Amino acid sequence: MKANYRFALFAVAIPLLLSRCGGSGKQEEVTLRIDGSSTVYPISEAVAEEYQKEHKGVRITIGVSGTGGGFKKFCNGEIHVANASRPVTPHEVTHCTGNNVRFVELPVAYDGLAVVVHPDNTWVDHLTLSELRRIWESAAQGKITNWNQVRPTFPDQKLQLFGPGTDSGTFEYFTEAVNGERGNSRGDYTASEDDNVLVQGVNSNIGALGYFGIAYYLENQDKLKLVAIDDENDANGSGAVLPSEQTVQEGTYGVLARALYIYVRQDESAPAELDGFVRYYLDHVSDLARETGYIPLQADLLSMVRQRWENRVTGTMYPDGKEVGTVLKEKLQKGS
Amino acid sequence: MEHYKLQALRQRLYDILFQVLALVGLLMAVLVLLWLLVTVFEDGIGRLNRQFLTSFPSRRAEEAGILAGLVGSLAVVLLTILIAVPIGIGSAIYLEEYGKKNWFSRFIEINIANLAGVPSIVYGLLGLGLFVRWMQLDRSLLAGALTLSLLIMPVVIISAREALRAVPAGIREASFAMGATRWQTIWHHLLPISFPSILTGIILAVSRAIGETAPLITIGALTFVTFLPDSLHSAFTILPIQIFNWISRPQAAFHENAAAGIIVLLVITLLLNATAIYLRNRFSR
Repeated sequence: MKANYRFALFAVAIPLLLSRCGGSGKQEEVTLRIDGSSTVYPISEAVAEEYQKEHKGVRITIGVSGTGGGFKKFCNGEIHVANASRPVTPHEVTHCTGNNVRFVELPVAYDGLAVVVHPDNTWVDHLTLSELRRIWESAAQGKITNWNQVRPTFPDQKLQLFGPGTDSGTFEYFTEAVNGERGNSRGDYTASEDDNVLVQGVNSNIGALGYFGIAYYLENQDKLKLVAIDDENDANGSGAVLPSEQTVQEGTYGVLARALYIYVRQDESAPAELDGFVRYYLDHVSDLARETGYIPLQADLLSMVRQRWENRVTGTMYPDGKEVGTVLKEKLQKGS
Repeated sequence: MEHYKLQALRQRLYDILFQVLALVGLLMAVLVLLWLLVTVFEDGIGRLNRQFLTSFPSRRAEEAGILAGLVGSLAVVLLTILIAVPIGIGSAIYLEEYGKKNWFSRFIEINIANLAGVPSIVYGLLGLGLFVRWMQLDRSLLAGALTLSLLIMPVVIISAREALRAVPAGIREASFAMGATRWQTIWHHLLPISFPSILTGIILAVSRAIGETAPLITIGALTFVTFLPDSLHSAFTILPIQIFNWISRPQAAFHENAAAGIIVLLVITLLLNATAIYLRNRFSR
C-alpha cells in the first residue's frame, strides 16, 4: 500500500510540473538573431559579447549552421544577420527575393587560406598555383601520390593530403580558386570538419600537405611550416608570397585570400536595434577580427563598408556569386 | 576411456582459452575508456571552477563558461522526460493491457521496434518539419524537447511493455478475482510492481537523449546564447554544441574548455543515472 501512494505522487507530479512550466509567457526583450558560417562565428561572437556589455536590453543569439544553412534561414526571414564566408549565390538571392527579404551585403574582414607542410619538410620553399592545382584537381586522384610528381626536383616522398570536408566554405573557396571550379577536387585525401584534426595530421606525416584558415596556422606555428604561394600573376607583385596581414590586405597573396561577410536584413520587419548593432559591429570589427585570428579590412575599405550601410545599398556585389579573382575595393567603389 | 579423458581435457582447454579471450576483450574496452577519461580529466580539471560553471560564452577562453549549455541541456532533458515518460508508459499500458491482439497491434509493434533504430538526425528533420515549421513552435526549448521525446519514446514504450509483461499472471488474476476493474488492477498492482524495470528503460533513454546533438542542431539549437531559458519558447543551447564549438577553435585554451565541458556532461549523466537508480531501489522495496 505504501508503494502505491508514492507511485501516485510521482504520477501526479508530472502533469503538475508540466503546467507550471507552461505558465510563464512574459514579454521578452528584443532579440537579434544571427546564424551562418562557423568561420565568421568567432568575429560575430566577439562583437556580440562586447555589444551586450553596453546594451543590456538587447539579446543576441548566434547559431552555427554553415554559410549555406545560414542563408536558408536568412532568406526564410527567420534571422536578422547571416554570417557568410562566401558571397551569396544567385540561387539564394532568388530565394530571398521570393520571400521579400532584402539585404545589405557587408564585408567585415579577410581570411587567408594557409597552405602548410610538415615542419621538417626541407624541400618545399614555395608552390605555384599550377602546382597546387596539379596536386588537388580531381584528375589527380590516385595519380599524383608522390612529391616528385609535383616538381621534378622534389624528393621521392609519399604525398599525404589533408583538407576540409566538402560541406565547408573553405573547401568551396579553395577548389574554386585553385582548380577553377567550385567543388572540383580529388577525393582521396584525409578530410575533417575540425581543422585541428588537419593540423594534427600534417604534423604527424613528413610528406603531408594541407590547407585551412590562417588562424589555425598562427596557433600552431611550432607544429607546421607555412608555404609561400606564387599565384603566377605579376599584376599583383611577382614571386612567391607568404600570407600575412599586409600581403592579404594588399592583394599580393593573391586568390587564396578571401573576404568574410555579414548579410543584414533590410526591411520594415527588422527591429530598430539592428541599426545600432551593425554600426557597433563595423566600428569594432577591426580590433576584434585581429584578436580572433583574422585579418582586418584596411581603414579606407572599412569606411566604404560603413557608407554602404548608411546608404542601405541592398543587393549583392557578386551577381554571379563568384568572388575569386575580384578586387574588393573595386567592388565596393562600384556599389556605393 | 583414454579417449574420453583426452576429449574432456581438450574441452577444458577451450574453456580456459575462451575465458582469457573474453577477459582480454573486456580489458581492452575498459582500458580505452580509462585512457579517454584520464586525458580528458588531465586537460579539463584545471578549468573546472566556479567561474566556468557560471559564465556565458566568450571569445576569451579563460572568461568563457558552460552555464548556458548546462542549463539548456538540463531544461531540455527534464522537459523530454515529462513529455515522453507519461505518453510512453500510457502507450505501453494500452498495447499490453487494453489493445486487442490483431493485425493492427502487430503493425504498431513492428513500427515502434523500427523507430527505435532510426538514426537520430531523421528525428531532427521530422522535428524541424513538424514542430518548428508546421506547429510554428519556432526554434524553441519546447520544439527541442518534443523532438527528443519522439527520439526516446520507442525505447520507453518497449521497456515499459517488457516490464508489464514480466508481472506474474497470478497477480492480475487475483486482482480480477477480488472484483477489481481493469484500471484498478493496472493502477494498484501492475504499475507499482513493474515501475523499477520501467525506470531502467527510462535511464537508458535519457542517457541517450542528453548526449544527442544532431537532432537539436537540425531544429536550430544555438551556439552563442547569453541568457538562460525563461519560457518554453526561449532559444537555447546544449552542452554538446558548446563542447564541439570549443574543440574546433584554433586556440589551445578553448580545447581545455572543451575537456572541462566533457567532464560536466559526464557528471550530469552520472547524476541522472544515479537519481534513477535511487528511485528504482526505493520503489522496488
